[in-house]
Amino acid sequence: MANQSNRLAAGGRVDRRRPLVFRFDGRRLQGYAGDTLASALLANDVHLVGRSFKYHRPRGILGLGSEEPNALIQLGRGNRTEPNLRATQIELFDGLDAHSQNRWPCLRFDVGAVNSAFHRLFPAGFYYKTFMWPASLWSTYEEVIRHAAGLGRAPEGPDPDRYERMHAHCDVLIAGGGPAGLAAALAAGRSGARVILADEQAEFGGSLLGDDDVTIGGTPAVDWVAEVVAELESMPEVTLLRRATVNGYYDHNYLTIAERVTDHLGVGLPTVPRQRLWKVRAGRVVLATGAIERPLVFRDNDRPGVMLSTAVRGYAVRYGVLAGRRPLIVTGNDDGYRTAFALADRQARVAGIVDLRTDPIGPLVAEAKNRGIEVLAGHSVTATHGGRRIEAAEIAPMTADGSGLAGSTRTLECDVIAMAGGFNPTVHLFSQSRGKLRWDGERAAFLPGTSHEAEVSVGGCAGTSSVTQAIKDGIKAGLDQVRALGHTARQPAAPAVEEHGQGETRPLWLLPSTQPVGRKGKHFVDFQNDVTAADLMLATREGYRSIEHVKRYTTTGMGTDQGKTSNVNALAIVGQSLGVDVPAVGTTTFRAPYTPTTIGAYGGRDVGHLFAPTRTTAMDPWHRANGAKFEHVGDWMRAWYYPKAGETFRQAVDREVTVARNGVALLDASTLGKIDIRGGDAAEFLNRVYTNAWAKLGTGRCRYGFMLKEDGMVMDDGVTTRLADDHFHMTTTTGGAARVMNWLEEYLQTEWPEMDVRLTSVTEQWAVASICGPKCRELLGRLCSDIDLGNDAFPFMAMRDGTVAEIPARVFRISFTGELSFEINVPTRYGLALWEALMTAGADLGITPYGTEAMHVLRAEKGFIIVGQDTDGSVTPLDLGMDWIVSKSKPDFIGKRGLARPDLHKPDRKQLVGLLTEDPTFVLPEGGHVVETVKPKPPMAMLGHVTSSYYSPSAGRSIAMALVKGGHARKGQTLYVPLEGRTIPVTVAGTVFFDPEGSRRDG
Amino acid sequence: MMLIPCPWCGPRDDSEFAYGNQAHIARPSDPASTSDQEWAEYLYFRDNPKGPFAERWMHAAGCRRWFHVVRDTNSHVILQVYKVGEWPDPALGVGPANKES
Repeated sequence: MANQSNRLAAGGRVDRRRPLVFRFDGRRLQGYAGDTLASALLANDVHLVGRSFKYHRPRGILGLGSEEPNALIQLGRGNRTEPNLRATQIELFDGLDAHSQNRWPCLRFDVGAVNSAFHRLFPAGFYYKTFMWPASLWSTYEEVIRHAAGLGRAPEGPDPDRYERMHAHCDVLIAGGGPAGLAAALAAGRSGARVILADEQAEFGGSLLGDDDVTIGGTPAVDWVAEVVAELESMPEVTLLRRATVNGYYDHNYLTIAERVTDHLGVGLPTVPRQRLWKVRAGRVVLATGAIERPLVFRDNDRPGVMLSTAVRGYAVRYGVLAGRRPLIVTGNDDGYRTAFALADRQARVAGIVDLRTDPIGPLVAEAKNRGIEVLAGHSVTATHGGRRIEAAEIAPMTADGSGLAGSTRTLECDVIAMAGGFNPTVHLFSQSRGKLRWDGERAAFLPGTSHEAEVSVGGCAGTSSVTQAIKDGIKAGLDQVRALGHTARQPAAPAVEEHGQGETRPLWLLPSTQPVGRKGKHFVDFQNDVTAADLMLATREGYRSIEHVKRYTTTGMGTDQGKTSNVNALAIVGQSLGVDVPAVGTTTFRAPYTPTTIGAYGGRDVGHLFAPTRTTAMDPWHRANGAKFEHVGDWMRAWYYPKAGETFRQAVDREVTVARNGVALLDASTLGKIDIRGGDAAEFLNRVYTNAWAKLGTGRCRYGFMLKEDGMVMDDGVTTRLADDHFHMTTTTGGAARVMNWLEEYLQTEWPEMDVRLTSVTEQWAVASICGPKCRELLGRLCSDIDLGNDAFPFMAMRDGTVAEIPARVFRISFTGELSFEINVPTRYGLALWEALMTAGADLGITPYGTEAMHVLRAEKGFIIVGQDTDGSVTPLDLGMDWIVSKSKPDFIGKRGLARPDLHKPDRKQLVGLLTEDPTFVLPEGGHVVETVKPKPPMAMLGHVTSSYYSPSAGRSIAMALVKGGHARKGQTLYVPLEGRTIPVTVAGTVFFDPEGSRRDG
Repeated sequence: MMLIPCPWCGPRDDSEFAYGNQAHIARPSDPASTSDQEWAEYLYFRDNPKGPFAERWMHAAGCRRWFHVVRDTNSHVILQVYKVGEWPDPALGVGPANKES
């Protein structure tokens, strides 16, 4: 096992008493508790951690946190594996099993690296230019491209872990727990306001964790952090979320936070989920998301060992890891000097400070000279050397404007290059919230400009580089927010901060070299997507102007890091290339999530059987106990058929249909939509929403009705019963219940608010057992003694109150099968008792339960339509041949005017007809196309399609209904249904296939 | 996710509401007397402005009441909320599309 050769003997926030063993590409290594995978790899002098996306160039760790573009890791195995995790964010645990990505067969020797030798073949827009023609070859190209594309492997099975969704409200949400965020939380928290402070790291402190040259209140900054966190922990209204990335900022201060609860443990815990997605509605938001250091764009700036300066410093200070013994600092600001000193303090021999500034001045520059560190002012890095690790850099003095070289090159040996290119404020959340950015020329950075939501940015993300200012602004922001919400707050004293002053930054977007850009070496801008300065310049030469187009053409900023380290450099280089300022180039859109978030976190508990709600009827336990097969109808689970041992689907359905026609059969019809309608204007209301007349319907009588939309198309159908003068019981289709309820409410509230009508959905309040067949009257008679069931006393389309099986019931004599039938409605809690009583009382009559499939066959045999199956929103009552249900005398009803449009009366509209196959045993597939003339292959002029098709045991043959152009005039014609490999001739017929006289209705 | 202040229940997430498109389009009082053109405009034609827009919402998972919202379709800022039968603030410049209402 490697010996952590780069680990310092002391210092850092790791626990040297808790060594942890982990694997990287199978190699056993050791780190400490408190390490990230990145710091542990660097401790073991592992710099080469991946291959780049396009050229398969060796890549090392660039950053320290979520900005990392290179060190993408596949973690774990099997169905728990996760790709594209940033090594810089993976907390080390015992037994961690990490793999590098995008290499074959192995990281040190990678076949794909030949791409690098042929780099001239992979310019910007390579795929667009190469694979666009001939179009017929695309499927061949695609296979090859897909094999080469993508990073990492997907898990191999369903995710075994649990995820939760949290909903929270707070007065102030603070994103980021560095100095500014902590100060804001403290100021807001002390007022008693409800505060959520979330930070993506394992501990609060932000940049202070990686610096040892800042003191607050006379003690090291991390002590101040600990004090503040302890006070915040003691506040009951303050919620502290660690390992929690505020990853989305949506309308009206709605934000999401992805919290990684157990990932750092390596194993799940039974009591908590793996991750939580917080959905927070915040009164006010404080963005304290800090800043990300910019890489410098110089020739071959991607060799392993070339890192961000703050990262090199952070590994040394926070983790006690010296990334290299011979670091070279390349800086455009004072911050690079801090890195040089932090490393020098830890026995590194600094190879020099290459300062882009021509004449750097200030205390830090003086201290460098005092320490004997060579400062190479006004120099550029012109080349780098090294294969799997940086070995040397060539440097040369620049011309004053930084566009060229002004002297000869010199080689400096080094094993790490720390790049300090200045800072990009992390304005992602601000921008997501639709705040407008402004370009600050002095800081050479995009800063938050005009806010759109109730938020404020403080600290690094607002362009502040001083801890003093960050804390001061944080306190003010915290106070301002809680005061704006009406809390009284007292100003906490700002602690005294000692830190280095920061001088000027020289932004130099493209460092000059001995070679023109694009020749002999690459100037990488986007490390993750392998986009170079030459690619960007090529895009502008080819005419691209909009940054959004340049982005897509070159793919810059389109990796999983969304260009956190590359976007501003890319904008500036495009601007230079076009001869315009950065603000004229504009920015691309920042989109949520800020960092990649697992689908599991978004899904939460809405997976498996909780993905969608399931509605069941009161009789459901009986159906299950008696072997029913189920189908989904809307959210309902309905009994589909009840197979006996050894029966096929067809045999079971045929048996159920046959019993319904010859004996007595029982259907659970509870799912039918039911609406209770009351009020003095109830009858008039029905007159307006149904196509037929309702005013004269007598009490205790039922009527079938059609509802149309305003355009004249059929929306729903059902039977409605008058219970009293001002009281109706409406039924709707199972799937249309909610839609109809919404529809009726809308008209009552918005068009006819003067009407005296109240609607109540009672779908769930009534359980319905429908008995059917010639013996059903006899069965009902055995259980019901207080209703005269005789045909004259209780005629078809009537309703009676009574008692069935000692249960108070409403009994409706309506039929969806053409047989004598009673629908028995009882309060839902009695539904199962009623069902069981019917089964027991009907046992000697051969009572048979039937499911929705038999119900469909029975209704189709009679030509009864199902709205939504035989209609599709473009079908009128006339198309269905149901003109009789449309009142000619009513002055108005919903759909009357729509129906009067001349096009809806054309004879060639699609009309519902029956189809009979020549072969009576062949059942057409529903959806089959109907044509008049068969051609050898499609396209063929289509007349319509089959809407319902079954085998009818009652008719002794297959039956079908179809919507066919001009169908009503085609009766007797032969048409065709072309299917895969064969064509079925059919004869157009009426839609009633059984008992056309209706002789069976009364038993 | 927008926060919509229901005039009956107070501010709620927009996932509790159903959208009802443009407000103040009254159903013609005598549909039979409308021309096909007028009927088509009532049925199908709606404004789609970038800026303040008077629209209908229904608190589907709450009080189930329809009401009106003036919302800036560009910024999602809610400028006014009012009940059925009431009118938008004239200063918002979102007068009813149909004077009959």
